[in-house]
Amino acid sequence: MKILGVCLLLAVYLIGVPYLWHDSPYHLGVITTASALSLVSLGVWLTFMIGRINIGQGAFALLGGYVMAILTAKAGLSFWLSLPLAGLASALFGVLVGWPILRLRGVYFAMLTLSLTETTRLLALNGGAITDGASGIVNIPVPGELSLFGWVLIPAFDQTNQHLAFFFLAAFLLILGYAVIWRAANSRLGWIFQSLQQNEDLATSIGINIAKYRVIAYAICCAMGGIGGAFFTASQQSIYPSSFVVTDSVYFMLYCFLGGLGYTFGPVVGTFVLFVSFELLHGLQQYQTLLYAVVIIALMLWLPNGLLSLRKVLSAGRQQ
Amino acid sequence: MSILQVQNLSKRFGGLVAVDDVSFEVDAGEILSVIGPNGAGKSTLFKLISAFLPPTAGQVLLQGQTISGLAPHRVAQLGVVRTFQETTIFKEMTALENVIIAHHLRSHASLPGFFFNSRQARADEAAFRDSAEEILDYLGLGAVKHELARSLPHGYLRALGIAIGLAAEPKIILLDEPFAGMNPEETDRSIEMVRGIRERGVTVLLVEHDMRAVMRISDRIVVINFGKKIAEGNPRDIQNNDAVIEAYLGREDDEIGL
Repeated sequence: MKILGVCLLLAVYLIGVPYLWHDSPYHLGVITTASALSLVSLGVWLTFMIGRINIGQGAFALLGGYVMAILTAKAGLSFWLSLPLAGLASALFGVLVGWPILRLRGVYFAMLTLSLTETTRLLALNGGAITDGASGIVNIPVPGELSLFGWVLIPAFDQTNQHLAFFFLAAFLLILGYAVIWRAANSRLGWIFQSLQQNEDLATSIGINIAKYRVIAYAICCAMGGIGGAFFTASQQSIYPSSFVVTDSVYFMLYCFLGGLGYTFGPVVGTFVLFVSFELLHGLQQYQTLLYAVVIIALMLWLPNGLLSLRKVLSAGRQQ
Repeated sequence: MSILQVQNLSKRFGGLVAVDDVSFEVDAGEILSVIGPNGAGKSTLFKLISAFLPPTAGQVLLQGQTISGLAPHRVAQLGVVRTFQETTIFKEMTALENVIIAHHLRSHASLPGFFFNSRQARADEAAFRDSAEEILDYLGLGAVKHELARSLPHGYLRALGIAIGLAAEPKIILLDEPFAGMNPEETDRSIEMVRGIRERGVTVLLVEHDMRAVMRISDRIVVINFGKKIAEGNPRDIQNNDAVIEAYLGREDDEIGL
């Protein structure tokens, strides 16, 4: 039953969506963007798992984006090499920053990550010749051909339906990212992360190296932010200091809340529901944020464990 | 033979000397209690030994190796495991899960092994579950092992805390006030439990306020007051020690009001 559901979902996502919208760049673009945003929020979900409220994911998306832009547009590196490098750079930066700040908890950690997003934006703005300041980096090439020993694995994006190519790339990254998070959450690693969330003193007393494991969780989170940011940079062929700001960081966190912190699939559901419904309500643009606030407040009141807890709530209601 | 040596341990918080030049040794296989009136520095001493606080001076040695100043998880790895008072458990896990996770130190699988669920990781998980069930049964928690820890009654929580400690396979376990707030019946059961720990080959060092329980269970007792060690010996010696009586009951003169 469960396997059937997963297969159906994957079929709709990987076959239905491209079949229906292969020549409708707008619709395909919405799904592509939601997929990449989901990848970024999945990382944030992992920091929730170790008991930290992370409002700094925008910083790592921006960092990944700039690494991508600099490597492809300035150093002439291949997109396919730059993408993992962007993830790696973000993970390393995450380790460097995370080591000291992960000692903090609660609102103190949240505040620091919030300011981290702003700091990164200012760094990009004042980066001189490296980041091109306020004008951003705009001449980013679309991904070229990926070949191995003369075999073409992936054709150059401008030789094919570019929108479809970006969709499949985003889908691939999301599925891969989800697999990573799912394994991390459902292995011993997940138990360790949960023990950190519930009581760090007790965790350390039974021999768990808490500093090491919380940095591991944070590094995975940052890598996913970096890869997501790098993807956006390539698909929009540009990056600016304002490409990811504090608002984006807040959204990444809210997507997790909306879907449900207790579910690995939560951030994906949260992102898709919120992002897609936002696009549907495009006509109401000036009221969007208001609507957003109302939805979030309603959710906190009636479904504090997120959209995915709906089924549990309903079945509990029926039993009564 | 001594397993743990506390040598000239001191801890200062600003102008306050919480622990002042305390030395004693714990023999392998014994139950040693540290007692003292409220505010005597018991808790600080406890945290110093388990490396949750660094000492200002002096050191703690485990089988000749210095452990003070190490990270607490390193000290646990070496075999000194502390327990907490009852509210410190993994509340959102079941009793069984609490004890399974506490087997962390025994895992042989590597980090990628955890992630890809290697054969070693699966073997570890199975072994941890068996061992956790055995420990829970041993401490009388077998019937509630699938209950969420936060919904367990108080009496069980302390036993769960000890189960978590035992799962880490300590050489010496440090118990933080294992009899606090218990009625005589519960105290009896807990005394049996602590004796049970010793029977498993684990040395016990406990910090306690409840004099009566301590007198019944301890092989030796160390008494501290105002951060200083004032007496050390077997329960009978301690009961008749003038300095101890004075610390607990006040001066005889005061008592009578002369």
